[in-house]
Amino acid sequence: MRNYLESVDTDWFNQRLVGVLVAVVLAFTVLSIRLLYLQLFEGRELRRLSEINSIRLQDIDAPRGMICDRNGTTVVDNRPAFNVYIILKDAKPIDETVARLAQLLNESPEILMATIQENRKRGGYTPILLREDIGRDIMAAIEVHKFELPGVQVRVSPRRHYIYDTHAAHLLGYMGEISQEELQGSPFDDCKGGDFIGKFGVEKAYEADLRGKRGGRQVEVNATGQVVRVLKTVPAQPGQNIYLTIDEQLQKRAEALLQDRAGAAVAVEPDTGRILALASSPAFDPNLFVAGMTRDRWNELVSNPFRPLENKATQAEYPPASTYKIVTAIAGLEEKVIDAKTTFYCPGFYKYGNRAYRCWKKSGHGEVNLVKALAESCDVYFYQVGEALGVDRMAKYARAFGLGAATGISLDREGKGLIPTSDWKKKRFGVPWQGGENLSIAIGQGFNLVTPLQMASLAAAVGNGGTRYSPYVIEKIQTADGVVTFQNSPREDGKIKLHAENLALVRQALWQVVNDPKGTAWQSRIQGLPFSGKTGTAQVVSMPKASDGSSGEIDALPKDHAWFVAYAPSEHPKIAISVIIEHGEHGSSAAAPVASALIRAYLGDYQP
Amino acid sequence: MMIDRRLVEYFDWWMLALTAAIVTAGLVALYSAVNAGGGGGQSALFGRQLIWYGLGMMVMITAFIINYKSYERWGHLFYFLCIGLLIAVLLIGKYVGGSKRWLTMGPMSIQPSEIVKLAVIIMLAKYYARVVRPDGLQLRELVTPVIIIAIPFVLIVRQPDLGTAMVIALIAGSMTLYVKIKRGTLTGLIASGTLAVPLVWIFLKGYQKQRILTFLNPDRDPLGAGYHVIQSKIAIGAGMISGKGFLKGSQNSLDFLPEQHTDFIFSVLAEEWGLIGAGFVLLVFLLLITWGLQTAQRNRDPFGTILAVGVTMMIAWQVFINIGMVMGLLPVVGVTLPFFSYGGSSVITMMAGVGLLLNVSMRRFMFEK
Repeated sequence: MRNYLESVDTDWFNQRLVGVLVAVVLAFTVLSIRLLYLQLFEGRELRRLSEINSIRLQDIDAPRGMICDRNGTTVVDNRPAFNVYIILKDAKPIDETVARLAQLLNESPEILMATIQENRKRGGYTPILLREDIGRDIMAAIEVHKFELPGVQVRVSPRRHYIYDTHAAHLLGYMGEISQEELQGSPFDDCKGGDFIGKFGVEKAYEADLRGKRGGRQVEVNATGQVVRVLKTVPAQPGQNIYLTIDEQLQKRAEALLQDRAGAAVAVEPDTGRILALASSPAFDPNLFVAGMTRDRWNELVSNPFRPLENKATQAEYPPASTYKIVTAIAGLEEKVIDAKTTFYCPGFYKYGNRAYRCWKKSGHGEVNLVKALAESCDVYFYQVGEALGVDRMAKYARAFGLGAATGISLDREGKGLIPTSDWKKKRFGVPWQGGENLSIAIGQGFNLVTPLQMASLAAAVGNGGTRYSPYVIEKIQTADGVVTFQNSPREDGKIKLHAENLALVRQALWQVVNDPKGTAWQSRIQGLPFSGKTGTAQVVSMPKASDGSSGEIDALPKDHAWFVAYAPSEHPKIAISVIIEHGEHGSSAAAPVASALIRAYLGDYQP
Repeated sequence: MMIDRRLVEYFDWWMLALTAAIVTAGLVALYSAVNAGGGGGQSALFGRQLIWYGLGMMVMITAFIINYKSYERWGHLFYFLCIGLLIAVLLIGKYVGGSKRWLTMGPMSIQPSEIVKLAVIIMLAKYYARVVRPDGLQLRELVTPVIIIAIPFVLIVRQPDLGTAMVIALIAGSMTLYVKIKRGTLTGLIASGTLAVPLVWIFLKGYQKQRILTFLNPDRDPLGAGYHVIQSKIAIGAGMISGKGFLKGSQNSLDFLPEQHTDFIFSVLAEEWGLIGAGFVLLVFLLLITWGLQTAQRNRDPFGTILAVGVTMMIAWQVFINIGMVMGLLPVVGVTLPFFSYGGSSVITMMAGVGLLLNVSMRRFMFEK
């Protein structure tokens, strides 16, 4: 009995199948009724709608987020641009319509027809863009004549506007049309071909926050393509607004000071890492990219020997020259190779092996101790410190100050610079480190490379007593409604392990650089506002060539790069600065005055 | 190898003829879908679909030549292979339009979530053939099937492809109901399921809720699914009785639907061939499904019967959901129309399914006295 119950036979299965069959027939009955309803009952009306494709989608572009400085002053916003489109299937008769439109646009009909021909295969209902940014007058004229212009549409879309043209161009960046490869990637899911996205600077790095989300409308149109009613609307979501750490006034001042020169200036807050100014010269006008760059203009930018598209503050790598003596001095003190009383005699050169290494001052500095050596930038003193230390011990301290590694600022391909070690050279070139190279490294020449941003961070760390902060440019990000979605805060990269008396000694020397009549930056001192700094003059090996063979507007004789790093005021500094002027010749004459002017601009009303 | 003469005698010509009719209609509709409105660079898809059908024929022949009892024995290997492919999709899959569904292999892409349907059907048939009893299954006998379904289900939801995951659940659910659940157990399951929904809902994240709500109600997405449904209904209705004629569909030529050659191909057919064409296709689908159930009925082997029911339900659910969706009756869930929608994995899966049905039908004599 039990056995019978537990086995199933064909009849049992067939019985179960009846239920399945009934369900299937029911489902198909529902489908059939629906089909009959659509095709018989609603057929006539639906066919009418289908004839002119009367239900359509129209995009609503999302306004891109604005970019403001630390005080909330807007530096990048959007302005409305009126673009003219034509929808071929609605624009009948096409020749007459185009002729009328051409007249209003003050353009020849042939040119418009050529654009239409190019885009014809995209389908008759895809709007073809005829003219961008036509201005209010023409827009008004087209609207007035819209019944004689079937299929012609004027659409407003927000267009990026860099209010102060070249101002902070490298930091803000520029935009460009999205590429085919970018369209494939997941970050650009909601983008379409022809969209503009950030390609450089903050525009690129914070693209996802700035972009917003496109909306759209379902509309019903009549036979001439005019909207009869709006069926549904999905509003666009504006992008988020970005507040920079930049101080507008200081940034402008930095740019003015770099005018007509190639170089960079970086200013940071020493006890936070906030970047107050990040200027690179020559600059470009990001507005020129908005409407699509012409090939000629692009070539001009790319072939310019002074590299306007490069952000020299973060991407360019230079030998640190004598500014590196800060590192050598600290390394020497910490490694007990020298102390405050150590003196060397400088006759104007130092003999190492069978070669004489020259001091910049041919007549020599005479007897020098560390403070004097830094203040007057004596090379001979540091040759001997470097000889005693060796490259690897110097590299240890350079690294501790963040040299040779990206600072982690979230902008474009940041330069890492280069702090060589003996291992590195062995790996890279397969030859051992030479003793003479220690001497070059000690005065910041040789393989050493740094970015202006790294040097500003170094100045900040010396100024604040040895704490490294990651530099940052974004203060906060908030939605259009003012909800803060990201609030930045200072990030400590660690304390540099130093003995306080060693750092104090170096700081005293850096004070003398500016405030001692023999100091190399004495000329740039500010009365009543003591600041500290270090000059540098980087030897230039190869020179840029102007494409047309001339030297260009900027004097391009093979002069050295001028460096200056500083912090001000000397005690409890509020600002740390690095300045490089390419081919500026001397740090003392070209770079220090720029830093001095920036300090005055930022701390003008400073009371000690 | 000796070929039993009965294999030829019992070959199911009706099944083959119905399939051929459907495939032909499907190719005609696809030709319209990819060629209207100047083609827009999609006309090459028709040729590719023909190649897929070539491969599909081979798969179908393979699927019915091998005695289906071998599938019963080796089904779990196929299942694990499919699960492996689904994991591979999540790890190295191609990212298209917001989800990862494809594995790229040289010139072709496959969608393992299609093929896994067959694996689940075979695994369930194998298990149910062993445990089926006239008084129905108990709760503890449902543990294994739930695991069999849950693994691919979760992997597919992660892609995310809610539509395909749901189809697998529906196929498995109907197979389970077919082999019968004890009345008390069933009542308990339905009750606890009803209670679980609000609980699960509470634990979902905001964007997950949004995704499910939009999935269920296309009106929430008037620029995407909602718009497609409107255009699809216009296209179908505009066909009226006799249709606008081959390649004359205007809705189709607008490129209004990004998925006109995949999910929305029935609208293309209905616009061009009208009630006559669309009704004919519905009828042939109904005959094919009925014939599949007939195959199940004539076989005396539990595994063969349950397998045939599973494969038939796969076709039935997809036809019902897809056509219901393009006519605005059901949510827009991205389920393909068998034999119509463009796509290699779908074609291969459906052809393999027909191969299995032919197999079960042909070998029924083995269980006759």
